[in-house]
Amino acid sequence: MAEAVLQVENLSASYRKNTVLFDVNFVVQAGSLVGIVGPNGAGKSTLLKTILNLHPSLTGSVKFFGLPFNKVQKRIGYVPQRGSVDWDFPTNALDVVTMGLYGQIGWLKRPSRLHKQKAFEALEKLGMADYADRQISQLSGGQQQRVFLARALVQNADLYFMDEPLAGVDAATERAIMTLLKELKALGKTVMVVHHDLQTVEDYFDHVLLLNRTVIQYGKTKQIFTRENISRTYGGDLRWLREESLHVHNPIK
Amino acid sequence: MTYHAMWIIVTASLVGLSCGLIGVFLILRKMAMMADAISHTVLLGIVIAFIITRELSGTHMLIGAIFAGLLTAFLVQWLHSLDVQQDAAIGIVFTTMFAIGVILIATSVGNAHLDVQHALMGEITFIPWNKMSLPLIGEVPKATALLALVLFVVLFVLVAFYKEWKITSFDPALAASLGIPVLLMHYVFLCLVSITTVASFDAVGAIMVVAMLITPAASAYLWTDRLSIMLVLSGLFGVISAVAGYYIAAWVDTSISGSMAFATGLVFFISFLFSPKHGWIARYLRLHKTVKKTG
Amino acid sequence: MFTILLNSNTQWVLFSTMIFGIAAGTMGCLAYWKRQSLMSDALAHAALPGVVIAFLLLGEKNLFVMIIGASISALIGASFIQWIRSSTRISADTAMGMVLSIFFGLGIMLLTVVNRTSGGNQSGLDSFIFGQAASMVRSDVTTMLILALAVILIVFVAFKEWKIYLFDPEFAKGLGLSLKWMNGLYTTILVTTIVIGIQAVGVILIAALLIIPSVSARYWTQSFQRMIIISALFGGAAGALGTFISALGRGWPTGPFIVIVASALFFLSLFFGKEKGILVKYLQLKMQKRLVNIHTSKALRTKGVE
Repeated sequence: MAEAVLQVENLSASYRKNTVLFDVNFVVQAGSLVGIVGPNGAGKSTLLKTILNLHPSLTGSVKFFGLPFNKVQKRIGYVPQRGSVDWDFPTNALDVVTMGLYGQIGWLKRPSRLHKQKAFEALEKLGMADYADRQISQLSGGQQQRVFLARALVQNADLYFMDEPLAGVDAATERAIMTLLKELKALGKTVMVVHHDLQTVEDYFDHVLLLNRTVIQYGKTKQIFTRENISRTYGGDLRWLREESLHVHNPIK
Repeated sequence: MTYHAMWIIVTASLVGLSCGLIGVFLILRKMAMMADAISHTVLLGIVIAFIITRELSGTHMLIGAIFAGLLTAFLVQWLHSLDVQQDAAIGIVFTTMFAIGVILIATSVGNAHLDVQHALMGEITFIPWNKMSLPLIGEVPKATALLALVLFVVLFVLVAFYKEWKITSFDPALAASLGIPVLLMHYVFLCLVSITTVASFDAVGAIMVVAMLITPAASAYLWTDRLSIMLVLSGLFGVISAVAGYYIAAWVDTSISGSMAFATGLVFFISFLFSPKHGWIARYLRLHKTVKKTG
Repeated sequence: MFTILLNSNTQWVLFSTMIFGIAAGTMGCLAYWKRQSLMSDALAHAALPGVVIAFLLLGEKNLFVMIIGASISALIGASFIQWIRSSTRISADTAMGMVLSIFFGLGIMLLTVVNRTSGGNQSGLDSFIFGQAASMVRSDVTTMLILALAVILIVFVAFKEWKIYLFDPEFAKGLGLSLKWMNGLYTTILVTTIVIGIQAVGVILIAALLIIPSVSARYWTQSFQRMIIISALFGGAAGALGTFISALGRGWPTGPFIVIVASALFFLSLFFGKEKGILVKYLQLKMQKRLVNIHTSKALRTKGVE
């Protein structure tokens, strides 16, 4: 049995006066590649933020590697939604990736050449070496997402949380990102990804967390990702589901 | 140039430099109107410091200003957390605190030492008269010494924590997940804004300090895509505006602080028109070209 | 103290600040839903050079001409903000802050020139900065009244058009409402409201009367129509009461007192308002926590059964 890297117990959180999450419980084993799936407003992003202490929780506890968050912060990487930052910020791609190392560099010190080198290698890995000096607003959506992924990569964390990394990216980027995620998994790292495209869940993730304000099901994709569970997650509207499968095509094929 | 004029220009340049540096992070953190609010509420801080201590010294003013700045931020945050739109919250807080400040001056403090007009418009011409002596340097106007001190603090804090300022401005969520104390840095930044504002008060007054804070930074934002260069340019533009403002004022024979605010506007206007990347002319030409190509 | 109220000039002034408060409260609701609360602050400051230039051209204080000057200058400020926003990457609040402070600086430059040339005579222009209702004469009051009533009328006559324009501009367009015209009309009445209040409240604080009453009104109702009425009431009360208090002391500025009354009303609403007031919210939160607990214990119980 693999080591439990993330234990969430009885977690609940609210936005304003609405309870967004309640009674969330699950345990993630090391080396899992987990897709977090659920309808809009199911609390997927809030779940990540609450786990990472970026959003206050009402109740419950979260343990990473059996320890509280602040003890193991360095082993955890977070990729926020692309839309959460201002891409007009005066900086270039390499610099954004270097930011992933700020936690390791420590206070009062500047990034050294070695750090820049590391950042550049991460960019290279995502096929972005040519864009290192580019101002970030001049990158396409997919390229921006790759920069974010490269930044997560340099953090060299053991547990990653990614908020919709595949939303609105081109097919090539989607491929590059998925290759990277599978590589991370092969290295024994754990990755949790908020995902919106039901069509690709089975191909991409070995575990799936069906979420609608609470955990509907969590487990191996093969066992859990059934029509019945999905319809429970999405409020039982199977007709909607069928429409979805008609309209959404797998961009990778 | 007379001795008197020299001190005015030195003082004004110090204002331009410190405001220019702080301003870069102000606009990148989307806090321009927060600066406007703080520049008004700092008045209340000064009045309260005066009521308590019955004197107007540099340190009391600085403490009063930090207090007022933090209170402003705290109240705005509080109202916002209660569902009030961000800019409505700013509007409520700063007008109320400013009104209280003005009323306190008009009623209890009296016109003896504090003058609202002075606080709003600044009176840089009087600065060289009020001197103190410093070891090694000799006689220095008090306001100038205070500004030099504030500039030193601002410069030190910005340079020492440069990468932390950068990451908390660009991506606070990532910064927090890396263990950088985002909230603490936010409040430290507000303190810097407050002390810069209050130190600039004597020279340019409450409202024109907003021009000095925001406009040079916004102009610099049009010229470069690099944060470090933006900081240098913004400081430079601040100094240029301050000096140009002095000469405009001398030429038209009018308010120096008003002219400095106006000069920041000129610098911005030039940047707005002629910047090669983001300027209006360059943009217009680019647009024209594509229209021609596609047309 | 009540002798002040008997003075006929004070009565007129009181009446006019009240009407102004009502107009500002009404207009403030539109600004609130257009999410442009601080825009009024920027425009008020931007009006200052216009006021002074009008005075320079005319050589005397005439409220009507000054209002025209103020409007032109505020409209120029508004278009600068729009221009900067649309053609650069500079954000809206930065653009507002710049226009606000640069125009104010220009206004102060001009004001200094005026004060110098008119030979130390303050020419009453300084009252435009903090507001001095007592300095208003009968003709000023008339001008104010007419314009304020015009603003109120425009809002109420086209009430349902404003409503769809603010809540769903795309839908409004679909209904054949010209957004360009509505935008133009909106800016015009916003600027009018601001400039008629400048003499009573002053450029620095005038935004308060556009912002505070509308936010306060939100704590009492969910309906747009009632919100406007309550906001107008709050604005009127703040205008009248503030002017009255400032008349009690010699040389007390009017603007700050009006603002204090407005924000006192705001804090009352914030604490005791029936929609989302702190008190009501506190009670709701308690309920929420109880609900969560019930959920959790239920969940635990069902698990126990399994």
